[in-house]
Amino acid sequence: MRDVGPFRIVNRCLVPTPKILPCGDSAVTVEFGETIDPDINGMVLALDAIVRAQAPAGLIETVPTYRSLTIQFDPATTDFDALTGLLGDATKDLAPRRAVGRRWRVPVVYGGEYGIDLDEVAGLHGLTPSQVIEIHSSAVYRIYMIGFLPGFTYLGGLDRRIATSRRLHPRAKIPAGTIMIGGEQAGIAPMDMPSGWHNLGLTPVRPYAPGRDPVFLFAAGDEIVFEPVDASRWEALEKAVRAGEPVAEEVRP
Amino acid sequence: MTDLVIKSCGPMTSLQDRGRIGYQGFGVSPSGAMDRRALAVANTLVGNPPETAAVEFMNLGGAFTCEGGDLHVALAGAGCSLSIDGTPVAPQTSVVLKEGQSLEVGHPRTGTFAYLAVAGGIAVEPELGSLSFHLRSRLGGLKGSPLKAGDRLPALPEAQDREPMQLAVDLLEETGPIRVMLGPQDDYFTPETISLLLESEFTVSPQADRMGFQLTGPRLEHSRGFNIVSDGIVDGHIQVPGSGQPIVLMRDRQTAGGYPKIATVISADLARFAQLRPGMGLRFEAVERDAAVAAARRLKDWIASLPASLTPVRFALTTEHLLSRNLIGGTVDALAPAPADVND
Repeated sequence: MRDVGPFRIVNRCLVPTPKILPCGDSAVTVEFGETIDPDINGMVLALDAIVRAQAPAGLIETVPTYRSLTIQFDPATTDFDALTGLLGDATKDLAPRRAVGRRWRVPVVYGGEYGIDLDEVAGLHGLTPSQVIEIHSSAVYRIYMIGFLPGFTYLGGLDRRIATSRRLHPRAKIPAGTIMIGGEQAGIAPMDMPSGWHNLGLTPVRPYAPGRDPVFLFAAGDEIVFEPVDASRWEALEKAVRAGEPVAEEVRP
Repeated sequence: MTDLVIKSCGPMTSLQDRGRIGYQGFGVSPSGAMDRRALAVANTLVGNPPETAAVEFMNLGGAFTCEGGDLHVALAGAGCSLSIDGTPVAPQTSVVLKEGQSLEVGHPRTGTFAYLAVAGGIAVEPELGSLSFHLRSRLGGLKGSPLKAGDRLPALPEAQDREPMQLAVDLLEETGPIRVMLGPQDDYFTPETISLLLESEFTVSPQADRMGFQLTGPRLEHSRGFNIVSDGIVDGHIQVPGSGQPIVLMRDRQTAGGYPKIATVISADLARFAQLRPGMGLRFEAVERDAAVAAARRLKDWIASLPASLTPVRFALTTEHLLSRNLIGGTVDALAPAPADVND
C-alpha cells in the first residue's frame, strides 16, 4: 500500500484514502469519496462486511450509502479508540468489490399510463420511446444504497444518453413500483411516495413488503436488470405479488 | 386482557419505544421516543424496563378509560397535568386507573413530549422489532396509524403488585447551551460561519416535528456549495440546506441526506433539545468527544439508578387520600387548659 495524495494504491488499484468523520458521540462516518462511483461504493460495502463480522462492543448498526459507511454505537459502552483502531486496520488494505451481491431481473411495463414521462424523456433526448426503453432495459444497474423510505432502491448505471435532470415540480404522489430516473440515477419506488424524478414504467415487484419473507428484497451491492413486459403479463405478475410472491427473479450474471 | 381505551387525543399521539434498530440500511427510519429520559421515568414508575413502548403525546394531551380490569399507569415528560375523574395525581407518581374511571392528560405547560406508560407494556405486534410509529413509512403503532379516539391498546398482564409508586429524583442538567460536536461536514463552512453557529442565538421555528426542528437565526453560508452525494444521517445532525437556516434532525429523520452537516447535538442533550418549544431561543456550545461521552455515561447511569429511587406512595397527601381519611377524630383544642393528668 502506498499513499498518493487523496488516493492510495491497493492491489494495483487507485483507491481513495478514507476519512473518519465524527457524527456526535454516537456515530462515525467513514467516507471513501464524494462522488457516485462503483469502486467507492465497493469500498463502503467491503468495510461494512468487516465491521458487521467483528461486531465491536456497543455496535448498534451500520448504514452504507453511496460513498460512506456510518457506524452507530452506544457511546457509554463502545471504546472509541478501539473502534477507530479497527477501522484503521480494516481500511489499510481494503480493496473495492464491484459486484458483491445477487443479480435480479425485474419486469417492467413501460410508457402509457404505466410510465407517464416516457414520451417526454424521449422528446428531450431526440429519441423515440422505444429507443428509450431499449437503452433503459439493456443496462445492468448497481444498487448503491437503499434509503429515503423503506426499500427505496437507488441505482447507478443509467446510460448517459437518457440521463434527465429532475422535474421542476415534484409530484406529491407516485405509485408503488414506479421505475424512475433522476439525473444519472435510476430508482424503484417501494411505496406511494413524493418524487421529482421521471416515471418510465411500473413493476409489480415490491422491494419492501411488510409480512413477506423476506421483507426487503434487495440489498446494497446487488444488481438489477429490467425486462420489458406487456400489460397482460404485468396483470398476471401483479396477482402473484398480491399472493406474496417476490416476482423479481434471481439470475446468473 | 385489559384495554386502555382512547377517548380523545391530539393528531400526533403515537406509540414509541427505543426505536427500530437494524433497518436503516434498508431505508427505515429508527423513530423512537423523542425524550428517552421521560420514557424511562414513566416506565420505571410502573415497573417496566426503561425502553418499553408508551403513548407519546406531542403538544396536546388526551383522555382515556380502561375496560376489562384496572391499569397501573404513569405519566412523565413535558409539564402535563394528570387526573383521574378530575382528581389530580401528583407528578412523578404512578396511579391505578380503575375500570370506568376517566384518566385525563392535560396539554403540556412546559416542553412538547410526554409519555403515558402502562404496567406490563402494550400487547401490540411489533413491526421490524419495534412498536414505534413512523408516519412516512406507515410502520408501527396500531396498523401503521397514529393513535385516535376509539383505539384500544391491550395491556399485557402485569406480574407485579398494582401499588402506586413515586420517584424521588431530579432530572439531569436542564439548563445551559445545547452541546454539539462539530462535523461531519464542518469543512463545508468557513471558520467565521462556525463561530456564528457557536456565538449566536437561534430560535425554534414552528416547523418542528418528530422528523426535525427547523431553526431560525443568522444565515450559515456554505463555502463549498450545499449539495453533497447522499450520506448517512444520525439523530442530532445539524444539516444546513441552501437557505442557510439549520435543521436539527430528530428520531423520524431519513436514513440518508444530501445537505452538509455542520455539527451534531450530543446524545445526552437530545432529549432536552426535543422539549424546546417553537419560539424558544437556544445557543450551541462545542464540546470534545470526552465531554460528550462522559455526559452519555451520566445519562445511562441515571436511567439505571431510577428503580432504586422508587418508593410506594403510602403517605402522599393527595386530595383523594385526604378525603378518604378521618381527619377530625383525635384532634384537641390547643387553647384549652391542659388536662390535669398530662404533666403530673
